[in-house]
Amino acid sequence: MHSHNSTTTDQLPAEQFNKARQEPSPAIVAHNLVKVFGETRAVDGVDLSIPKGKVYGFLGPNGAGKTTTIRMLATLLQPDEGNATVFGHDLIKEADAVRSRISLTGQFASVDDDMTGMENLTLIARLLGYQRKQAAVRAAELLQAFDLEAAANRQVKKYSGGMRRRIDIAASIVNSPELLFLDEPTTGLDPRSRNQVWDIIRALVSNGTTILLTTQYLEEADQLADRIAVIDKGKIIAEGTAGELKRSIGGGSLHVRLLEPEHRSPAEQILAKNLDSPIRLDSDPAALSAQVNDTKKVIAALGELEKAGIHIAGFSMGQPSLDEVFLKLTGEPAHHTEENEEMANG
Amino acid sequence: MDNITLKTHTEAFNNALSKTSKPPKAGAFSASLTFGWRALLKIKHVPEQLFDVTAFPIMFILMFTYLFGGAIAGSTGDYLQFLLPGILAQTVIMLTIYTGISLNNDIRKGVFDRFRSLPIWQPAVLTGALLGDVLRYSIASMMIIIIGFILGFRPEANITGIFPAMVILLIFAFSFSWIWTAVGIIVRSQETLYTLSFIIMFPLTFISNIFVDPETMPPWLEAFVNVNPVSILVTAMRGFIHGGVTPADIAAVLLVSAALIAVFGPITMYLFRRQK
Ligand SMILES: Nc1ncnc2c1ncn2[C@@H]1O[C@H](COP(=O)(O)OP(=O)(O)OP(=O)(O)O)[C@@H](O)[C@H]1O
Ligand SMILES: [Mg+2]
Repeated sequence: MHSHNSTTTDQLPAEQFNKARQEPSPAIVAHNLVKVFGETRAVDGVDLSIPKGKVYGFLGPNGAGKTTTIRMLATLLQPDEGNATVFGHDLIKEADAVRSRISLTGQFASVDDDMTGMENLTLIARLLGYQRKQAAVRAAELLQAFDLEAAANRQVKKYSGGMRRRIDIAASIVNSPELLFLDEPTTGLDPRSRNQVWDIIRALVSNGTTILLTTQYLEEADQLADRIAVIDKGKIIAEGTAGELKRSIGGGSLHVRLLEPEHRSPAEQILAKNLDSPIRLDSDPAALSAQVNDTKKVIAALGELEKAGIHIAGFSMGQPSLDEVFLKLTGEPAHHTEENEEMANG
Repeated sequence: MDNITLKTHTEAFNNALSKTSKPPKAGAFSASLTFGWRALLKIKHVPEQLFDVTAFPIMFILMFTYLFGGAIAGSTGDYLQFLLPGILAQTVIMLTIYTGISLNNDIRKGVFDRFRSLPIWQPAVLTGALLGDVLRYSIASMMIIIIGFILGFRPEANITGIFPAMVILLIFAFSFSWIWTAVGIIVRSQETLYTLSFIIMFPLTFISNIFVDPETMPPWLEAFVNVNPVSILVTAMRGFIHGGVTPADIAAVLLVSAALIAVFGPITMYLFRRQK
């Protein structure tokens, strides 16, 4: 069934492709999804194959098309082109079957903030067919699980950001969905609340739920997602595990800290020449970093610095962070097409 | 492992997650009732929504009765008898705006997205909200009638005439609400919705027979007032309350109501389905 899934599989390294092939029916398969709003091609030909029981991350900057893609997959928006199946059910023709197996936590609170936490959960439970009593039981059960018992009878608008996010996710799992969409579940949360949400996500996955989450945070994708699709301007520009994405952009990166910040400009020139790659000036005025494709060049480059009388306070070599992957993929419009090719060829 | 985890790894959490048996789906009627229940809860939590809209009519009753009553009808007491059925209609028709406002709110806030992603009969969101509205209309009407009685309003026909008058008012308001469901889906901002509602509601309720008898107006205005759906409604209501209602009066209201639903019902459903 993957035979016509050509674009996605082209982006996968051969081993991945074979693995994906062996895995039985993915949770989501999408072909060439397109959504146009006026002049904006919000989603511009997205192919997906999302495995069951894992966390799949959409990583992309503001306006990349993450929410629009999720809204199409959650049956809220009709694609202008392309099609998709969720657990084998066609998005459009079998929308109801899709809806009974998914749940959505939108980017902005999707609970009623005039109502209490208890009322919100009871409402969803009733709509899903629970009788009055069972609905109350289910709501109480979830409030307890999400540590919201104390706030059960308080209006959601009086909740803190973290509590709000928790009640929102709780409302999404009333029906124990097989697939949960989480649109930027931790945006705006403090680290403590964010960790709570991460724990919830991990617990959900260990209970067998497939999760599709979007995020602008690389750390979050790195921490949670088994596979990541980097989305920019409505297109998937890279796809793979965090490790694959990092490896795909080359050897790693060199971070250099100079003794004297005034030397940064000549140092930049020397490094650029010797490493043959663009140099990034860090926020620290004495620091620079660069992509390294060939480690051997590093020693020569550092030697050149020394020769020019530029003293180094320290340097380090690192695996590229997902941050760098992201920047390289999305932040350099001049190299845009070139990189797409690179990614496509693995 | 760490105390940040709270209860997420505990039994409660796993227990809540492991419930995979799903109840049978809620039917269309049951889903509508549940949304109606939500509307009730909203009245409980945001009672201001009732007072906002009843404050104006009460002001109108007092102002028109005591300021113009003598001039318009000869005595304030007589004028109140004439005015009250009209004010009742105006209050409830004004309340219909809230149907659009709350729908618009739900859409902008994202609650609507959640409802639409549930495996339920989709229009239940709308029908349920409208059911809740009917209750709101009843509560507001009661308030107006009670104030009317305090000020000296006495139905001429029979006190029971109020009930059919209310029924016909609720039918009309329910139908009229569909205008706002359509507008509520299209319009982007709350402000636009308010502006639009004023532009529609003020002429519709003021250039009607609520405040003055159209016979005193110039013919071109009288002609407009007589075909205004609000006037048609108020005529039937006065007929029920003070006597003299004709089958033609009632039929006219039902016809206008049916026409409103026939036009705005499908428009709303169309917009609802392709809502982005
Ligand atoms: N209903 C709409 N009408 C018109 N344009 C829209 C609509 N929804 C989204 N867009 C546009 O489509 C593009 C993609 O938007 P989308 O919300 O999917 O991005 P996103 O990746 O979720 O961004 P963010 O991180 O800011 O949430 C944007 O340019 C946006 O302005
Ligand atoms: Mg978004």
